[in-house]
Amino acid sequence: MLVKAASIVEDSFTPVADGEHLPDGPVIVSLKRFLAERDRILAREQPLGVRLESGESPQELQPCLPKLALVVLHIPAFRDGRAFSAARLLRTRLGYGGEIRLTGHFLLDQIAFFTRVGVDAFDVAPNISVAEIQTALHEISDVYQPSVDGRVTIRDLRARRTAVPPS
Amino acid sequence: MYRYDEFDARLVHERAEQFRGQVARRLAGELTEDEFKPLRLMNGLYLQLHSYMLRIAIPYGTLNARQLRKLAFIARKFDRGYGHFTTRQNLQLHWARLPDVPDMLLELAEVEMHCLQTSGNCVRNITADPFAGAAADEIEDPRILSEILRQWSTLHPEFSFLPRKFKIAVSGSSADRAAIMVHDIGIEILRSKTGEIGYRVFVGGGLGRTPFIGHEVGSFVPKGDILAFLEAVMRVYNESGRRDNIHKARVKILVHQIGIEEMRRRVENEFAEIKKSGVLQLPQSEITRIAAYFAPPDFATLASGDAAFEAAKRGNRDFANWVKTNVHAHKMPGYAIATVSLKTIGETPGDCSSDEMDGLADIMDAFGQAEIRVTHEQNLVLPHMREADLFALWQRLEALNLATPNYGLVTDIIACPGLDYCDLANARSIPIATAIAKRFADLERQQDLGELKIKISGCINACGHHHVGHIGILGVDRKGVENYQILLGGSGAEDASLGEILGPGFDREGIVDAVENVIDTYKNLRSDSERFLDTYRRVGAQPFKERLYAR
Repeated sequence: MLVKAASIVEDSFTPVADGEHLPDGPVIVSLKRFLAERDRILAREQPLGVRLESGESPQELQPCLPKLALVVLHIPAFRDGRAFSAARLLRTRLGYGGEIRLTGHFLLDQIAFFTRVGVDAFDVAPNISVAEIQTALHEISDVYQPSVDGRVTIRDLRARRTAVPPS
Repeated sequence: MYRYDEFDARLVHERAEQFRGQVARRLAGELTEDEFKPLRLMNGLYLQLHSYMLRIAIPYGTLNARQLRKLAFIARKFDRGYGHFTTRQNLQLHWARLPDVPDMLLELAEVEMHCLQTSGNCVRNITADPFAGAAADEIEDPRILSEILRQWSTLHPEFSFLPRKFKIAVSGSSADRAAIMVHDIGIEILRSKTGEIGYRVFVGGGLGRTPFIGHEVGSFVPKGDILAFLEAVMRVYNESGRRDNIHKARVKILVHQIGIEEMRRRVENEFAEIKKSGVLQLPQSEITRIAAYFAPPDFATLASGDAAFEAAKRGNRDFANWVKTNVHAHKMPGYAIATVSLKTIGETPGDCSSDEMDGLADIMDAFGQAEIRVTHEQNLVLPHMREADLFALWQRLEALNLATPNYGLVTDIIACPGLDYCDLANARSIPIATAIAKRFADLERQQDLGELKIKISGCINACGHHHVGHIGILGVDRKGVENYQILLGGSGAEDASLGEILGPGFDREGIVDAVENVIDTYKNLRSDSERFLDTYRRVGAQPFKERLYAR
């Protein structure tokens, strides 16, 4: 099930395997296929998603990113944290503003971290409920680090109130 | 020292509550051990041979008396009345029970402590020179940067699922008492020719099964750039560190495989990009704000060489012996740094009972010591003692059986918990450490041998830092029998080097004799007051091999 902003949404994209015919409508293709058939795929002028495997660099998409509606980051196992860097690069240096969707094996307790680096859609296992995601997103109120989610950091919060002088 | 404000406090409390929910789900059977494992590891909870083990973070090894009393209380109420101080300045409780852990975390949160990031593939507890703020040779207190890094690394959005664990240590002087050369990142605070203070950054040091000394990746990083620079190192590692083999996943392997030149190039590129955005620039106001927490205590104006102190040394040989090894020069005249040895002969290195912790907290109060420090060599340090109080301090330590005069000597042994506790271990470490200490218990003999660092690990993961012992001992399993290899010539200090395996190992009984033979060989070869390490570096392994393996 696809979850965005902590609610279930309809998934309009069809993932298409390499070599298979592209149907009408929004599709998701692999990076490999996208790079090989770029001009033809972009000429379709339909919403397009590209799927990156863990370890594939989002920099490869750079010139075409404004034309993409979706970047899928697929992680094979929750321990593989490369997608955190990929998402953050997409949102910062590469200036990508479309949907970043996480698929594969990740934990409920990682959703808050992924949200902080700019992932805004999660393909979650059916045993995880929206309520659980809501809770997981709000268990820890404040953050120390500035990131692409634009959350006010603890340093900013400190600056807003009269500092407690150290004793 | 640093004091939590409402934001730090809320975070650790919320974290404790979050874990309470996770433990409840586990105990109710809603989570399998496989599902629960990553959650407990994010809170420093290991499952070992006999029990759960809770590893409590002690940021840069600094504790106040209230915290020390709380640790004593937690160990007494929830564990077996003692804890084990580790080579990363943490405290481990080896007999924790899962249902108690949420309450233990809540007790810790009440004194501004936690178990965050004491395990898992994240940035671990930041460690620092235990003589911080007191050492005569210090350029700047390393705890200021360490606290900035603690906050930066806590629940980091991008770097909480790295290829492998990541350890950072900070030294405030060129004398390295924090083993920075054998950390994933080591930071040395230094002063440039123009008088500006900045950071020299090393990357890719580490022990474990493939030990490396760190390489310089930044020769002088300005203060305001340090977070951007470290973020650059971390990103290069997160993207390129190996994830196909747990034993090749540390940053040291990446640096070794691509070479330090290539690592520098990648870090410089990433650093330039991060700097452009400016988001991670560390403002001077923030450095100043954190530094205020580490302002020195109000030192009195004293002369050095307090008359009563000097008289006490002349009048009491035991006290004089303790001063000789366990007391170090302080930056202020009339003050001294006192090391409390946790290496009582015959006891487990680094262990400290609840009663001892309470006793030490009382001593801190009695002598106006706001802080006590944990060292990576598994001792404790009272950083700001008046010379005039040292005799009274020593008497009180004597009463607690904590005045062992062996800092830096042959019986000041580092040892991991080993097969007595740890499910990774192949051999016991603690009985070897205690047997060697007993063999060399004679103080005159210890003093005659001078500085001699023995470090013992019960497996190749090297928690006992055996690669950087002047004499290192590695326990291995040889067809079901514990066997101990000897390494010579390592150092974890500013003259860092990795020890070399001397030859075939020894059994449990033989290892103590072998160590004694190595030391006797040194005694015959040394010139004047030459340290063991220097003799070894001068003469090499051959004479030791001949002595140990002669037919």
